[in-house]
Amino acid sequence: MLNFINALPGAVSQGLIWGIMATGVYITYQLLDIADLSVDGSFCTGASVFVVLFTGGANVWLSMLLALLAGMLAGLVTGILHTFCGIPAILSGILTQLGLYSVNLAIMDMKSTAAISITNSETLDQLLVSLRFVQDVAKGERPIFRHPIFVAGLFTAALIAVMYWFFGTELGAALRATGSNPNMARAQGINTDFTKVLGLMLSNGIVALSGALLAQYNSASEINMGRGAIVIGLAAVIIGQVLFGRIFRNFALKLLAVSFGAIIYYIVIQAVLSMGLNPNYLKLLSAAVVAVFLSVPYWKGRYVPGKVRTGGAGHA
Amino acid sequence: MLEIKEIWKTFNPGTVNEKQALRGVSLTLADGDFVTVIGGNGAGKSTMLNAVAGTWTVDAGAISIGGTDVTRLPEFKRAAFIGRVFQDPMLGTAPSMQIIENLALAARRGQRRGLGWGVAKAEKSGYQEMLRKLDLGLEDRLTSKVGLLSGGQRQALTLLMASLRKPRLLLLDEHTAALDPKTAEKVLDLSDRIVEESHLTTMMVTHNMKDAIAHGNRLIMMYDGRIVVDVSGEEKKKLTVPQLLELFGKASGSDEADDKLLLS
Repeated sequence: MLNFINALPGAVSQGLIWGIMATGVYITYQLLDIADLSVDGSFCTGASVFVVLFTGGANVWLSMLLALLAGMLAGLVTGILHTFCGIPAILSGILTQLGLYSVNLAIMDMKSTAAISITNSETLDQLLVSLRFVQDVAKGERPIFRHPIFVAGLFTAALIAVMYWFFGTELGAALRATGSNPNMARAQGINTDFTKVLGLMLSNGIVALSGALLAQYNSASEINMGRGAIVIGLAAVIIGQVLFGRIFRNFALKLLAVSFGAIIYYIVIQAVLSMGLNPNYLKLLSAAVVAVFLSVPYWKGRYVPGKVRTGGAGHA
Repeated sequence: MLEIKEIWKTFNPGTVNEKQALRGVSLTLADGDFVTVIGGNGAGKSTMLNAVAGTWTVDAGAISIGGTDVTRLPEFKRAAFIGRVFQDPMLGTAPSMQIIENLALAARRGQRRGLGWGVAKAEKSGYQEMLRKLDLGLEDRLTSKVGLLSGGQRQALTLLMASLRKPRLLLLDEHTAALDPKTAEKVLDLSDRIVEESHLTTMMVTHNMKDAIAHGNRLIMMYDGRIVVDVSGEEKKKLTVPQLLELFGKASGSDEADDKLLLS
């Protein structure tokens, strides 16, 4: 139990970082109605690009920006495969994801990992988040505002603010309309191919940004770090919806629910791990959790009769 | 306003499901024409409307709207000229978005969509006024999700959206077929009112011969991918259902008119 409590700040930090990834998944899965599997690859792309650039001496912010752009490029590829080449969205994502495996290895100079050496305290100080900071803050060696929860929280808040603004604009509304009803969108003069590509680019950019943050947190990029990212993203989206869907109606709050969903997911994982589960079973656990949460609404609709509403006037 | 020249369309060519849906259809509409389109199932009515709207491109022939050749233009670009209401009430609106968001999307039809607000504050009162005229109680529900509305409410809203930015052409594709008779009548009346107020060039597909006669200034009947009857002016005004059936029988060269039209 003590183990679990000690691990909590780390779990919340990781949850927040993955929550940023899940917010990217939210754009495709929830707003565009596309299950985009390229994120499994673009997450690692973001991490790899960041580590290679940063260890090569680039500024941390510049490295983050280029990681984001690399992710957007991955999204562009999926988008073009889907719209211009007419390949179903799921398959387009799978193709990109598979191709990115080689690309990510190439970025990391054909190695399966690329590490940031944090023995050098100067390098460590430059990082925005790190597992080390969790311990350092606890020991009082670093100011509280360097805690990953604080920094990742700020990132989340900024991201939610930008997304809230963007999806309220004409372009953002066009993107939402595309996901809600593509026929209607085209009839209203929206180029649905363009909005889909744009959505995929934004989503993968955000996912790559989250990958760059996790690479800092773990001080390494690893070729398999994005495996199952889509499932974790879906888990966060769905947990957020199930737990907060009734109270969080505003769009910004819905995005916040995604972040909360990711945090809860990581706390649960931490709890299970501290109960002694072999970490190799985590992927199976994740898949099972998402499968159950996706099934519940379906079963509910199918086997639980709806409530009969009496009274109240109907409209034409 | 609309000029259709010899358009042809075959679906699933070279397969057992091959269907020649349009076989050399030509039609010219003058500015302000309101033409009703009638015919049996598979006659090509909806196919003709979709050809004009650009759901797909035609195999041969040309289509121009208000002098602009749109034959090769994708659907979303043609939308700048065209307002549409579909048969399925689900198709015309974005269900997960608010009423006001749907209206604002329609108000920007044919314009570049940039980073300005999707719904400007100044737009609200105008929409409220338009919705009040529909008399469906929607004016107080601007922020309700459209998915919560009934079929009739959605079709009325879609009509409003189709005409919000005056289109050169309004396409109504059996837009009352999925509604109960009372609601259908209401939506038809509303269509008449909107067409008249904005002086819109309109094509309305219908299954109902009475409606086809009662509305518009011109009536065309399709059979087997062709236009076989075309009446307008005084002749159209005096038209009755039995006469229409007779015309159809003559044009199609068969006496299956009764089954084809009445039962469909």
